Parts: sequence; structure tokens; C-alpha cells
Amino acid sequence: MNVSRSAAIFAWMLLAPALIYVIAIVAYPLVDAFLLSFTDTALKKTVNWVGWENYIKIFKSGFEIIILRTMVWTFFSVSIKMIIGVLGATLLNAAVPGRALFRVLTMPPWIVPMAIGIFMWGWMYNGQFGMISGLLQRFGLVDGPVAFLAYGSTAFWATIFTDVWIGVPLVTLYMLAATQSIPKDLYEAAWVDGASRLYRLRRITLPLITPSLITISMISLISTFNSFDIIWILTRGGPSGETTTMIIDTYKTAFGSYKYGEGSARVVLVGICLSIFCFFYFRIVNKLSATQER
Amino acid sequence: MIDKYTWYEKIGIYLGIFVFLTFVLSPFVEGFLVSLKPLQQLFSSPYSFWPKEGSFDAYFRIWQTVPFLWLYILNGIFIATVATFFGLFMIVPAAYALARIEFRGRGTMLSAFLMINMFSGAVLLIPLYRLMRATGLLNTYFAMIVPGTAFILGTGIWLLRAYMLRIPKELEEAAFADGASRFYTFRRVVLPLAMPGILIAGINCFLTVYAQQFIYALTFNSKSEYMPLSVGLFAFFGRQEVAWNELMAASIVGITPVMIVFFFLQKYLVAGLTAGAVKS
Repeated sequence: MNVSRSAAIFAWMLLAPALIYVIAIVAYPLVDAFLLSFTDTALKKTVNWVGWENYIKIFKSGFEIIILRTMVWTFFSVSIKMIIGVLGATLLNAAVPGRALFRVLTMPPWIVPMAIGIFMWGWMYNGQFGMISGLLQRFGLVDGPVAFLAYGSTAFWATIFTDVWIGVPLVTLYMLAATQSIPKDLYEAAWVDGASRLYRLRRITLPLITPSLITISMISLISTFNSFDIIWILTRGGPSGETTTMIIDTYKTAFGSYKYGEGSARVVLVGICLSIFCFFYFRIVNKLSATQER
Repeated sequence: MIDKYTWYEKIGIYLGIFVFLTFVLSPFVEGFLVSLKPLQQLFSSPYSFWPKEGSFDAYFRIWQTVPFLWLYILNGIFIATVATFFGLFMIVPAAYALARIEFRGRGTMLSAFLMINMFSGAVLLIPLYRLMRATGLLNTYFAMIVPGTAFILGTGIWLLRAYMLRIPKELEEAAFADGASRFYTFRRVVLPLAMPGILIAGINCFLTVYAQQFIYALTFNSKSEYMPLSVGLFAFFGRQEVAWNELMAASIVGITPVMIVFFFLQKYLVAGLTAGAVKS
């Protein structure tokens, strides 16, 4: 009895620094944003309580479209990341000479400052002189230069593609770790029983990496939803707002027009969206893992 | 491996890896090639992949075009390093508590730390801006270090906790049986064994802050003395045209230090994430 109580006190002592820091830098600002969202805080000194006005204004300005766009953007980016990541991990797990080097070579997009990678993509997407447009023309796939970032539809996919590029290394590494943590004797037993490679992949590898896949897709989903650098550097939410996600819209409102109150209302909506996402996600995950165990 | 690949399977694997690595590495290759090209070639059609009359001129010119360049590079590294040490100071004890001590509220704390990631980056920008302004931290290194540290705590704690879970409990129990205190066991038994895990969490922290400091630097800092490279690179955007070859040269220079650090430490990072998992 006494022992466990002192253990609990010790545990909270160890947690204290991190906990206090999180309360000061994450929790308090969240509350601040929530309160701010009901005011007309801007550059001017006087601040008034305006109730739901900010929220009403947001939805009158067609915010539903931005929410929908954010979800579509996130959905495609995360799914493509997962597919490429799992494929990459499978390839890098194959016992071929040179794989140690190949593994290291997948990491650069993750380790370099995001902005630098994005600048490089910005050049590759360049309409007149960029590499992608240039190569497409050379191979005769298009007639003239393609200005990827100048049109809404291509800019939308261009930003997704860059987000995938930045996210893939971590998914690959994580899935590689998951694949390697599967006990080797499982494969040996299946091999002795004469199971084909495809059968082993389907019945051993895939089920056993599913929990890790769910975890990493959750992490990826949150970071993709919050993605700012890529869209900001490549398009600033343009052309004509077609790559404006909730985060970009929030930033534009707060730091482009200095409307901190209205921006905070958007922050609250982002928080609500993410919470709903995560809630349903956890429910699906729990159901999935329940059926897995049977 | 149990069975060998046939020759066509091998070709398939290598082909797959080639396509995968092309996707991952092409921006860097193209970035490097652009840094070697003279501007006239960049802005002329048709596009050519290889530089004609390539030279390293841009690498010498960047230091004159952007006189603060070396400072930007050092700033980025400095911010990430301080945030990492500051972060580890909080991550290590918290991870130990969550891995090793059973107490009420442990599950809640675990999810709570994971939830920090939900609000990372742009979500908290407005209130954090107000906080920085109120505390007078705008336009200092702290404006970038403070939020940077906050948003590595969640991942760091989870990574290190996972590592600590793999350390055999018997070692601690033996120490307790000898009458050692909890703090003594934490410091003398668990910490040394957790060193590789701490290193992994540390590398992860450093790389995350280094890669993601753009938004804080963009919003909380307007002084070039404190700018990290990611924002400093905007200096290459001229009024008329972007000097893409110089921008890419500066990017390559800016990437090199992290690449060097990573290539020395990647063994630990990859091995730490994979090897430990196999044991359990």
C-alpha cells in the first residue's frame, strides 16, 4: 500500500517538468484561443466580446468548402503515403545486397529542413523551365509547358504529391521496423508447411503489421491535416484559393489580415475537426483490433 | 532468409527499389544539378537535365548575395540543439515514469502527451504568438525554441517509453531487493541501459525541430540575426526573378550538416527502432 503510494508520488514528480511545460505552452494557449474566438481581437487596442459572430461570419464565407477540401487533401495524401510506404518497406526488407545503403537513402526528405525540400519542388513544378514540365515535353506527353502551380486542379495534386514525398520516409522506416519485428520462426514454420511467399505475405506479414500501420497512419493523418509549410511555400493557398486548407485559411486570417479573433474561431474548428477524426478513428481501430484477436 | 529469390524476382526488387529511390531522391539530384547551371541555361527552353558548362560559381556567390547565410545555417542548428536538450530533460523522466511505474492516471497521461501532436504547428500559432508577445520573447531565439520543444515532447516520450519497456524488469527488481531507492534505480540502473533509446529520441527531436522550424521562424521572428536557414532562404527571392541556382546551392550547403550528422548516427536510429522490437 505504502510502497505504491510513494511510487505514484515519484511518478508524478518525474512527469512534472513535461506536464507543466505542456500546460503552459499547449493547454493554456488552447484555452486562450477558445476565449479569443468569441472576441473581435485585432491589431486595435479595444477588444469586444462578440459571442458567436466570428463563427457565423466563417460559415457565411463558404467555410464548408474549405473543410471539405481539407478532408479530401488529407485523405489522398495519407492514403498515398501509406501505399508507397508499405511498398517501400517491403522492397527494402528484401534480402538483396545493398539494402542497408538503400534504407539510408530513403531518409533525406524527412531529415532536411522541410522548407528546403519544398523549394526544390517549387522549382521542379516551375511551368516554363521546371524539370517535370520539361521532361513531359521531351517525352512528348504534353505539347507545351505545364504550369502546375498556376491551375487549381494541378496545384492541388502538386501539393499533395510534395506532402507524400515528405511523409513517405517515416512511414517506410516505421513499417520496416514493424516487418522486422515479426518473429522469424513464424515464416519458417509456414515455409516448412509449404506456404508460398504470397500466402506468407497475406497471412503472416500483413495481419501482423496492421497495428503499426494503424498507428503510423494516425500520426500521419494528424500531421497532414496540420500541414502548413508545403502549401504556403508552393502556392500560398492559391490559385484563387483552390489549395486553401483550414490551416492556411487560419493563417491568412490571423497573420495576413491581423484578425486574431476570427482566426481563433477557425483554430477552434480545426480542433473540433481533428477531435472528431481521432474519435472515429479510435473506434474503428478498436473494432479492428477486436476482430484481429479472434 | 529461408528461400532464395529467383533471378526475375531479384530484377523486380531492384527495379522497384530504383523507382522508389528515384521518387525520394530526384528533388535533391535536380537541386544539385540546378546549382551547377548558369542562370541563362535555367531560363532557356528546351529543358535540359544535365548542366552545360556547369560550374560551382553559385556556391561562391551565395555568400555575397546573402551575407548572413552562414549565420542562418548556424541559427537553425542552434535552435534545434537547444530544443533537443531542453526536451530530453523533460522526456527522459516522463518516459521512465510512464514505462515503469504503475499509478492511477497513467493511461490518461499517455494519451494526453500523444494529443500534443494534434495541435502542433499552425493550430496554436495565434495564441502562441500572443504568449510570445506578452512574455517579450518575440524576435529572440526562444520564440523558436519554446514551441519547438513543446511539439517534440509527445513523440519523444512515446519513443523512449517504448524503448524502456524492453529493458528487463528483473534488473530493477534486483536493485530494489538490495534496498536501492527508486531514484537511485532510475539513475543508476535504467538510465545507462536506456542510453541508446535516449540517443534515438534525441536524434528524432533534433531532426524534427530542424525540419519544422519554418512556421515559428516565419511568424515569431523578424530579425535576421535569429533567422534559421529555412526562412533565410527567402532572401534569394529577388524583386524580379529568383536566382534558382544560388537558392539551390545555398540549400545544398544548408542540407550538408544534417546529412553528415545523420549518416553518422543513422545506424543507431534505424537499429534502435528495429532491433529492440525483435527482442520482445
